[in-house]
Amino acid sequence: MSSHGIKDRVAIIGMGCTQFKEHWDKGADDLLIDAAEATFASAGIGKDVVDAYWFGTAQSAMSGIPLAAALKLDNKPVSRVENFCATGSEALRQACYAVASGAYDTAMAIGVEKVKDSGYQGLNAFPIPNDGTSRTLTAAAMFSLVLPAYAEKYGVDPDELRRTVARIASKNHHNGARNPRAQFRREMDVDAICAMPSVAGWLSVMDCAGVADGSAAAIVCRAEDAHRYTDKPLYVKALSFVAGNGSGLLDPSYDYTTFRECKAAADDAYAQAGITDPRSELAMAEVHDCFTPTELVLMEDLGFSKRGEAHLDVNAGMFDLGGELPVNPDGGLKSFGHPVGASGLRMMFEAWLQLRGEAPEDRRIATADRGLALTHNLGGYPGEMVSFVGIVGNRLG
Amino acid sequence: MRGIISSAAYIPYWRIERSAIGAFHGGGGKGTRSVASYDEDSTTLAVEAARLALASAPAAPLSTLWFATSSPTYLEKTNATVIHAALQLDDAVAAFDAGGAVRSGVGALRAALRSSDQALVTSADLRTGLANSPDERDGGDAGAAFLVGDATDDAPVIAAYLGGASVTHEFLDRWRTPGDARTRQWEERFGENNYVELGQRAIKEALADAGVEAQGVQHLLFASASSRAANQLTKKTGATAAAAALDLAATVGHAGAAHAGLSLAAAIEVAVPGDVIVLVGLTDGADVLVFRATDAIASWSPTRSIADQIAAGNAALPYAKFLSWRGVLPLNPPNRPEPARASASAAGRSIDWKFGFVASRDRESGAVHMPPARVSFVGGRVDEMEPLPMADATGTVVTFTVDRMAYSPSPPVIFAVVDFEGGGRLPIEVCDVTVDDIAVGMRVEMTFRRLNSADGIANYFWKARPIRGGNQ
Repeated sequence: MSSHGIKDRVAIIGMGCTQFKEHWDKGADDLLIDAAEATFASAGIGKDVVDAYWFGTAQSAMSGIPLAAALKLDNKPVSRVENFCATGSEALRQACYAVASGAYDTAMAIGVEKVKDSGYQGLNAFPIPNDGTSRTLTAAAMFSLVLPAYAEKYGVDPDELRRTVARIASKNHHNGARNPRAQFRREMDVDAICAMPSVAGWLSVMDCAGVADGSAAAIVCRAEDAHRYTDKPLYVKALSFVAGNGSGLLDPSYDYTTFRECKAAADDAYAQAGITDPRSELAMAEVHDCFTPTELVLMEDLGFSKRGEAHLDVNAGMFDLGGELPVNPDGGLKSFGHPVGASGLRMMFEAWLQLRGEAPEDRRIATADRGLALTHNLGGYPGEMVSFVGIVGNRLG
Repeated sequence: MRGIISSAAYIPYWRIERSAIGAFHGGGGKGTRSVASYDEDSTTLAVEAARLALASAPAAPLSTLWFATSSPTYLEKTNATVIHAALQLDDAVAAFDAGGAVRSGVGALRAALRSSDQALVTSADLRTGLANSPDERDGGDAGAAFLVGDATDDAPVIAAYLGGASVTHEFLDRWRTPGDARTRQWEERFGENNYVELGQRAIKEALADAGVEAQGVQHLLFASASSRAANQLTKKTGATAAAAALDLAATVGHAGAAHAGLSLAAAIEVAVPGDVIVLVGLTDGADVLVFRATDAIASWSPTRSIADQIAAGNAALPYAKFLSWRGVLPLNPPNRPEPARASASAAGRSIDWKFGFVASRDRESGAVHMPPARVSFVGGRVDEMEPLPMADATGTVVTFTVDRMAYSPSPPVIFAVVDFEGGGRLPIEVCDVTVDDIAVGMRVEMTFRRLNSADGIANYFWKARPIRGGNQ
């Protein structure tokens, strides 16, 4: 595989992120304007200086026009990007490659999702005309297949495992309670989470990410130009992406205790960035905690825990805000909800704050001097998903 | 020799205690009736019955498929073509509905017996009516299927057709307007009188046609909404038939257009060589068919006997659920988008998968692809697949979940990852199962169901169900 990466060739020079919540009073265009304006201000440049735009939204808009119309861009290229729940990360990836190619000096990646106009709870995909034989399960149900499989494979008591993943939710709510942009800012203890009624398999509603509207954006430029815009750029170390071929659904050897696409994307990203021991080299990670078992399995797929040991590491507090490797210090999808097009950039926004020393003191990580942050974003289901892994750092080399 | 080569009936898994209906309305009730699940309709009942009948018959070419029901899913469009596709019949096999009237059940069988076709005759019905109606209490849901043709060495006839007679008479006994749930009835005595007179004539003529004496009849079967007419005719005929081995009225109920088939299939399953079986249909006239069990019946056995299916039923269905399944008591749906209609052209492209549950297998690696694919997930070869029929495959639940949020006509959705014996994996919905029953390691088989309906389009596909008693 010739995935060469673009390590240290592109830098993030400005970021912005709206509050994530039920924005009944704001449309997708309002959220885009708010995120874009914050990002322009962060980079100290205006919309005319940004040469090209990558606009991520899963189903709040089609084409580049809604962004161009909202921001009143003049003769700018705008590409609408969609890649399931990794849409925001995909927008960033495309913008970075455009700059690295030399085609543009600066580019913006911006993602938005206006979820709360559908009239239904949860995320609901547009139906593409089909033969009627495809699964119609909720994402919660598909991810709920993980826990019984994990308990069985590693001999973990189901009740203990239930409490372990509740601890993940509790940790993320602890962090989110310290984040003014988060949708949910209330701490939840493990007992309260376990006491909620089941929605799918062993999962209660508190094992699921919330549902919110939101937008986030980044401006990137060539690394050598970064200091024209900011003293504290973040350098792109790795961008990897895997679109699964669905074989996990067909393959009897797939056991629902791993996400093969995430493992492959992580391996590629670590190779691009030259990371060999992510657990000690990374300062933090923002991962796709759409459901609590997802975060559990990701700790292993991303190489933070040995196989079968993530549940022990979670219980030992390894990934707590003050732990050895803080995971989801901003509160994660659990506290933020999941406006699909925006989430990947929201994750990067936390890396932006933490690695620049700008995170509020009550959730500032102690490991920031390691200088590297990972963001991980996935879409789809166990057996059939897309996965993004990005790594950024606050210094070159 | 012409007659029946194979037969079967399909009784849905669910039952309701008539006492549970009576309790709600302030009355009593004895026995049970069968209830098609929310994802079954007359077409899927017929498919299940036909699968059983074909499984207990030698492979033989067919020329005609008949489907009779008084509760068709479609008008205008042929329902029998769905059955045809589910059974993966050759496209040269003609498929026809004999729809609308209850009488079409016995009529389709008569037409096949009196033709020279090798025919598969199916019938199925759902009997509902309004709440607290006699149809609700005494009706039952079932399907039946017969392989009819001329005896060959490979495919002997197990019940030879000896002859029959029909008498047709226009009078108003029971009637239903298309789209209406309720069947209305004129004064019961009026129909009863007519049926006794018509039945007597038809039975007499049929026995003469068949060359059989009334005293020589071992199985006298009535398919009639009027049990009093049937009782009178039994006495008047002078037949000394033994009591039926199965009391269908007490367990299944009257299955409308499928009742003639259900009764006949039940008799065939207990008949010994030489037994004379007389089937009397009493709807809008009288139709009598006379059979004699042949020596071949001794070496024939049903794929899944009616007695076993009756014994395997689950009578714990609450009355409210029965009412909601039949649309008599519409429930508030979950606040989720309802499924979009299935695309006719997309379904047309995947007809073998959607209707026939035919997967594909990579010729080189043997990897099974469900749904069928052109490119193998093992080795990546392109267009090196062979079709692999999976409808009769059995499998094991590897893991499962219960989805309480997904849209379903009857939540929650029980969903499992199933590994099939001989290869292949599919995450698929499990039906005829409860949250308490489902378990890792459960053995399952496939069943043809209607997943949902949108825009009047019935979305058919397959589900897994637990393998229960009486299976081979």
